[in-house]
Amino acid sequence: MRFLAHVDVRLRHGIADPEGATILRALPALGFTSVASVESGRSFRVELDAADLEAARSMAASLADRLLANPVIEESVIEVEPLG
Amino acid sequence: MSASIGVIVFPGTNCEHDAVGAVDALGGEGRLIFHTDTSLGQLDGLILPGGFAHGDYLRPGAIARFSPIMEAVRTFAEAGGPVVGICNGFQVLCEAHLLPGALQKNRGLTFLCQPSELEVVSTSSVLTSSATVGQRLSVPINHFSGSYTCDLDTLSQLESQDRIMLRYVDNPNGSIDSIAGISNEAGNVVGLMPHPERAVSSLLGSEDGAVLLRSFLGAAAAATVG
Repeated sequence: MRFLAHVDVRLRHGIADPEGATILRALPALGFTSVASVESGRSFRVELDAADLEAARSMAASLADRLLANPVIEESVIEVEPLG
Repeated sequence: MSASIGVIVFPGTNCEHDAVGAVDALGGEGRLIFHTDTSLGQLDGLILPGGFAHGDYLRPGAIARFSPIMEAVRTFAEAGGPVVGICNGFQVLCEAHLLPGALQKNRGLTFLCQPSELEVVSTSSVLTSSATVGQRLSVPINHFSGSYTCDLDTLSQLESQDRIMLRYVDNPNGSIDSIAGISNEAGNVVGLMPHPERAVSSLLGSEDGAVLLRSFLGAAAAATVG
């Protein structure tokens, strides 16, 4: 079966986020004066074949942990759905 | 006997010839090793040079870490062979977990290409053994993702085990604790963001990198691995 995994990679709490900070500083110039914070991250959509949803989740978690995110500074949130 | 130094070339590496040139100028013998090779051959030391391996896609070093040659690099490192990662090479060693921590984008998102003032913090590594603690060195930096970071437990471990080799005097990239270079526990695997290979001749503006690379060549000549 084919599945679509959404992998959202974000910086761990407490790790400096220079991209988010720069975007936050740029927003007032566009008139967005009430933005309180910006966190940057990266999202991936990965299509994969697996026997069932559980196997697809486990594969997505493994590839996120081994390649898409650097666990030293990042964490990933994963959602998997069947592709019909 | 002069030390035989392998310089690993990934697709996108661009400092390999500078590294070989510096090694040769200081009395060693440098030779290039391609990322698709699976063995190192007879070697005394290894340099992972600067550049943009695999375009720095995903994160610097994230793809290079899975290169065929990296298994041999790991074996060499774990056997005690001297290994130095410079700039992108430092990022590769961190991604490969041969060194702790990670390199993030510079504070202020600025690409930095300038001389940097370094202070030698520890001489118990293959790269700093001939230097003296407190010595100031002017060595260029050239990077976008050079801000060293790690968790606080790792930082206190690095400090207590004397593994912080070099600190920036003015911390241009926002590295934690102004760290410019670290070593592994044994001191044989080291990584630094500044480019000592670009500071081995007064023609290049500084000769201060030579003391670092001479330490490395000395350690390599004395090593029995490979």
